[in-house]
Amino acid sequence: MMHGNIIWRKSVNAVMLTVTGVFTVLAVCTLFVILGYLVYYGGRSLDWNFFTKLPLPPGEIGGGMANAIVGSLEIVGVAALMGLPVGFLAGIYLSEFEDKMFCPVVRYVADLLNGIPSIVVGLLAWTLVVVPTRTFSGLAGSVALAAMLIPIVTRQTEQFLREVPLSLREAALALGASKWKTIVTVVVPAGSKGIMTGMILGVARISGESAPLLFTAFNNQFWGGGITQPTASLPVMIYTHAISAYDDWHRQAWAAGLVLISMVLIANIAARLVLARGISVPRA
Amino acid sequence: MATPAVADPTAIRRRTTQTGDIVARLITLVFAASIILITILLVWQLWFQSAPTRHKFGFAFLFTSTWNPVTEEFGALPFVYGTVVTSVLALLISVPLGLGSAIFLSELAPAGVSSALTFLIELLAAIPSVIYGMLALFTLVPLMRDYGEPFLRSTLGYLPLFKVKGPLNGFGLLTGGMVLSIMTVPFIISVSREALLAVPREQREAALALGATRWESTWQIVVPYAKLGIIGSIFLGLARALGETMAVTMVIGNDPKINASILAPGYSIAAVIANEFSEATGQVYQSALIELGLVLFLLTIIINGLARLMIVATTRKGSKR
Amino acid sequence: MKMKRMSLALAGLMAVAAPLATAQQRINAAGATFPAVIYQKWFDEYHKMHADVQINYQSIGSGGGIAQLTAGTVDFGASDMPMTDEQISKVAAKPLHFPSVLGGVVPTYNIAGVTQEIKFTPETLSGIFLGTIAKWNDPRLAKDNPGIKFPNEDIQVVHRSDGSGTTFVWTDYLSKINPDWKSKVGANTSVNWPVGLGGKGNEGVAGTVKQTPNSIGYVELIYAVQTKMAYGSVKNSSGNFVKADFDTVTDAAAAAAKNMPDDFRVSITNPAGKNAYPISSFTWLLIPSHIPDAAKAKTIKAFLQWMLTDGQKYAAGLSYASLPKPVIAKEVKQIAKIQ
Repeated sequence: MMHGNIIWRKSVNAVMLTVTGVFTVLAVCTLFVILGYLVYYGGRSLDWNFFTKLPLPPGEIGGGMANAIVGSLEIVGVAALMGLPVGFLAGIYLSEFEDKMFCPVVRYVADLLNGIPSIVVGLLAWTLVVVPTRTFSGLAGSVALAAMLIPIVTRQTEQFLREVPLSLREAALALGASKWKTIVTVVVPAGSKGIMTGMILGVARISGESAPLLFTAFNNQFWGGGITQPTASLPVMIYTHAISAYDDWHRQAWAAGLVLISMVLIANIAARLVLARGISVPRA
Repeated sequence: MATPAVADPTAIRRRTTQTGDIVARLITLVFAASIILITILLVWQLWFQSAPTRHKFGFAFLFTSTWNPVTEEFGALPFVYGTVVTSVLALLISVPLGLGSAIFLSELAPAGVSSALTFLIELLAAIPSVIYGMLALFTLVPLMRDYGEPFLRSTLGYLPLFKVKGPLNGFGLLTGGMVLSIMTVPFIISVSREALLAVPREQREAALALGATRWESTWQIVVPYAKLGIIGSIFLGLARALGETMAVTMVIGNDPKINASILAPGYSIAAVIANEFSEATGQVYQSALIELGLVLFLLTIIINGLARLMIVATTRKGSKR
Repeated sequence: MKMKRMSLALAGLMAVAAPLATAQQRINAAGATFPAVIYQKWFDEYHKMHADVQINYQSIGSGGGIAQLTAGTVDFGASDMPMTDEQISKVAAKPLHFPSVLGGVVPTYNIAGVTQEIKFTPETLSGIFLGTIAKWNDPRLAKDNPGIKFPNEDIQVVHRSDGSGTTFVWTDYLSKINPDWKSKVGANTSVNWPVGLGGKGNEGVAGTVKQTPNSIGYVELIYAVQTKMAYGSVKNSSGNFVKADFDTVTDAAAAAAKNMPDDFRVSITNPAGKNAYPISSFTWLLIPSHIPDAAKAKTIKAFLQWMLTDGQKYAAGLSYASLPKPVIAKEVKQIAKIQ
């Protein structure tokens, strides 16, 4: 099976294993380079104006993205309100009620929904919400984001509920609890850490999305007046400001990038720390 | 014997719990069903709204390379080309990088270090696309323009792959591929590592017992054993790369032409939808963009489906009840 | 006692309701990037003067303005290319064209070592964008610019990637002065460019030119001025090299001022006039002739009135040119047509 000079094989061994180590270091370093740039350029650009002022006409210095920060919170908040319950309850259904025909269909369809590219979801939200209501709105953006959130939360909920040991369920049932009582008082609390993780990760993911908001929430120079009007958001602002030619806008784009990535990364780190163990299979 | 004044309590409880169970099942079923409804609605819209161009061009849409909104001639080929080329370039970079890292993390690194590093790498997947785009625009594009592309042109410029007529500007298919590679690497690393960890220890030990070096055992025994999961991870990364919008549109050059050279500007499906949808006047123009969305959707569905099949086959061992 | 309490409550309610009665007027608009700088200034200033009026304008390109107006998702649009009859027929409430301001489209460039103003002729300009003049040190460019040391570098052309009225103005001019361009490429908001990179919006083209050495693009004057980029002069039909500014752009509109058609749709590229800047254009607000919401209609009409009087004062400071007086007079009459 193994031919060849032993020294050759040993050198190949040493080289290849070093190479894999180098690759890993490269991959991890990329993260630090990205964060480094954002912290450096974004940190220099953050100022009080950024958080409190509205955008100024092009060419004027001193504007901020206060409305975009609030707008992002609004849009993501409403999307979470719409998407989290649907994903959560659907996940419970898939995990606790085994309908031989229906469950695989739901899973497959949830995968389909997850596979729709974000720009296409935005496009469809435009045809389904913006055109009939004859206005761009943060709500249309929330609809698009909710459609992306649902499959993530569904899958995570199902996964973590399945990991709750059978013994816990059987114990509850043996004590005379009904199925739904078991679910509510025993299974869900037992899986709650993982479910919360899934929800936080899902919301963090959609809060960074820019493409679905391009033709739904659109953008707004003012305070907008609520989710039924075009609403500014951080990701869209980053895009428009980064591709422009104004140094001040580039500066603001960096600042917005830092704010956005801080929100996303803090959510991710918090979620994963909450879930002390991962879902990886232990080494056999 | 008098009939009980009150109904049998156990029977009541049984009926209430049965009702409770039925209600619970019904409620969760409704929400699960709503997912089906939402998806059907979205997919139906994709199909229905793209009807004008589907009827006008038929399958020729996929093979035409003109994109002229003024004369209303639309063809998907330049965008399919750009999407596929940038994704393939991304994989060419991220697969060796990702697989190598996954091997290191599963075979060589101690468990604690492995988990910690994997955690950091998975954070890369959480970074929003628009931030990748902004970073690429401000750092990668100038780097490619000033160093990378001139280097490639001077060393490999005779190949059609790297031949460029005119100035180098840092925008193009290669830069797009490079950004995408960073975005796909975490998926490949995460899932491949799981697949490799799932390989039974006996396999490795058997190889080592027969005198194989660590690398030989890994490369010739463990990796082939986890082959399906690894290929699944590649498909997963590919599916992600195909649908990426913001990062790509900021660096790809936005030119709907097909060029053999990867240093030339190009266009991807997601990028053209993002750039042109808000200004698509006329039914045909709009439906052409929606049909492009449909093409992209079908591509991602097929690839996602294959990915899931392969991953389920290898990594889901022992964690289910 | 009861009556007193009731009337107190009523008074309280009215006190609270009174400010609510002056509701926020929120108007959404989208369109051209060409005039976006002055539009944003106008809407910002107007909001400062009328705190209850918010006109939210998004610069997504003239094509976008027309498309969203047609879809009914915005209250009015903006474009530097007048709508065609076909486009007008697709909008439910026939849109009226209101010229808002005059501007010039300039060739802006980023060449290492060249800070002077480059003199472009119709031949060299069209040659560059056709791709027939490919290097900066081409003799045809050197001929008109004896004092400039051009580098031996390829010219990187930058054009618009989105549907653009600015593109229309640029290609309209090129079509008029170069029959080759007219037959090969033509004039429209979106054309099949022979060469070049695409940037999104005037902002994107300016951004790309600024970042890319040895590049040239076409942008509205203010974008070159605000980003401190060099821009060239263009030889007009009288043979003079003219740089775009308030006077030269105003001169370009002189003939149109006298003979403005009733629907205000007119092109002023390559006009006669010794001192006229050849690549100038009006830009229009596209207002539906029928606005169902009476309060919105009132607000829009009031804004238009302001735009045609006080608003024009902002033009000079932002490198645009104000509308000729006869045109303004004619437009004021058109305001009445909005129901």
